[in-house]
Amino acid sequence: MSFDVPDDLQYLESHEWIDPETGRVGISDFAQDELGDVVFVELPGVGDDLEAGGEFGVVESIKAVSDIYAPVSGEVTAVNEDLADQPELVNEDPFGDGWLVELDFDDADLEDTLDADEYHDQIA
Amino acid sequence: MEHYDQARYGPAGEDTNEPLLSEKDQTTVEVDSSLPDDLTRDEVELPSPEEPELARHYVRLSQQNYGVDSGPYPLGSCTMKYNPRFTEEAAALPDAAVHPDRSEDSLQGTLELLGDLQDYLGRIGGMDAVTLQPPAGAAGEFTGILVAEAYHEANDEGHRDEVIVPDAAHGTNFASAALGGYDVVEIPSGDDGRVDLEALEAALGENTAALMLTNPNTLGLFERDIETIAEMVHDAGGLLYYDGANLNALLGRARPGDMGFDIMHFNVHKTFATPHGGGGPGAGPVGVTDELADFLPDPHVREGDAGDYELYTPEHSVGKVHGFQGNWPVLVKAFAYIDRLGDDGLADASAKAVLNANYLAEQLDYEIPLGPFHHEFVASAGDQDAADVAKRMLDYGVHPPTTKWPELVDEALMTEPTEVETKDNLDDLADAFNAVAAEDDETLESAPNRTTARRIDQTTAARNPRLSWHDLE
Repeated sequence: MSFDVPDDLQYLESHEWIDPETGRVGISDFAQDELGDVVFVELPGVGDDLEAGGEFGVVESIKAVSDIYAPVSGEVTAVNEDLADQPELVNEDPFGDGWLVELDFDDADLEDTLDADEYHDQIA
Repeated sequence: MEHYDQARYGPAGEDTNEPLLSEKDQTTVEVDSSLPDDLTRDEVELPSPEEPELARHYVRLSQQNYGVDSGPYPLGSCTMKYNPRFTEEAAALPDAAVHPDRSEDSLQGTLELLGDLQDYLGRIGGMDAVTLQPPAGAAGEFTGILVAEAYHEANDEGHRDEVIVPDAAHGTNFASAALGGYDVVEIPSGDDGRVDLEALEAALGENTAALMLTNPNTLGLFERDIETIAEMVHDAGGLLYYDGANLNALLGRARPGDMGFDIMHFNVHKTFATPHGGGGPGAGPVGVTDELADFLPDPHVREGDAGDYELYTPEHSVGKVHGFQGNWPVLVKAFAYIDRLGDDGLADASAKAVLNANYLAEQLDYEIPLGPFHHEFVASAGDQDAADVAKRMLDYGVHPPTTKWPELVDEALMTEPTEVETKDNLDDLADAFNAVAAEDDETLESAPNRTTARRIDQTTAARNPRLSWHDLE
């Protein structure tokens, strides 16, 4: 089985992605597949400060409850409100409509993240 | 006659999913009420089926139920013991129905039973004092945490704000510590499924209030290093808390108090065969060492010098955790069970629980990665999905084990047959396990096929919960 790993994103070993252009954060295609049907997503509020590597929310599926980790430090500028009623978006479109939060962050922090090739090797 | 048939009353039709309550007869009732109009209604919506239909409805429901009275119920970690009828009879005796607010001199029989039960549990657990007040196991954990907190406060050690819990512990341990206001420090288990002493050493410190532990642990494995663990926790100034969920393995052979535990709760529904209750009244007595006895809940029962019994408030009591002396009928059942079995009977029950678990484990084709086991074991479904295995086992007419927990074992099938099953029952159970083990994924994924309700759509249920008949369209 092969999973989508878009080239223009950066990744964490713990399967979160961040878009360096927009600051959007989500979980990977691999992660949503491992979790199975997502039934609930708990997210921080706009204005909350996240710390790189820190837990910032929870994704609950019928199989497991998993913490989600911030790829970089930064302030939450937006959260995906649609997930409250449609947690399935995380499964259906993990890199699109299933995004979790948007962060205002410092580009220098991206150094500690994986590029698409490195992440692809990890899940291969 | 398809899905969810059990909730339906009346002939199948468009209203197949309608519950009994929506079969309503709308009768106008005149009421004289001083309540505002918007808080009252004229129509009382009550169902009014004929008696035969009503009787059939409930008999059908009872026939569709599966319980410990129907057959083996090997739900690991839950200890689904058969509930002997004589304990029900004892709790239903007219003499047992005494209002707890009566004067102490007219309550002597009640207090004597409670006092004796305190002593029984103290002897069984190796504890110096026992409160019967907590209304459930988890409430017992919370009570124990309150006692630990009060003890540290009294010793000017109130800065201790951490409770250590192994990752494989029951979820209630984490919750009870958090509810008591503590930060929960989770430590990973070692490769052998037991407490990792290095991880424990690293977690212990001047902020440690307690370590919560189950022994045998949630994998059914005995913590062989328990004496070392107790020494480490005590050297750090912390208390050792025993989660009594697995006490069924030890009765008459080993006592938490002798292992160095300071506080413990008893799950009387697991160890002493009181009903699980389905959320109804329960009991979770808590035992402590002498040092902690003054912190127990109020009131406590003691025997006076003249042989009479009295209620009193322990000197530094944490206060009330439930009404009166706890859930009396449940305590009567636990008392009756212990009293009838006696020392030899309790030790025999534990021995058979351990024997049954080990015999069943030997019969299974599934891999069992750890051991040796006590009263329960954890098999791995391997390449199969443990939840599918459980659903398929329903088709063979048996209750499945607990699945996917503890997470230390992949696709865990956590199995506890309890002491009551005969060898024939265990063989039948093993046959069901092994039949499922030999089946393909397609068969498993379509199961169950022989039950009243077919496979539940868990995803939709979780995403769009309908928690009341009001939510049915």
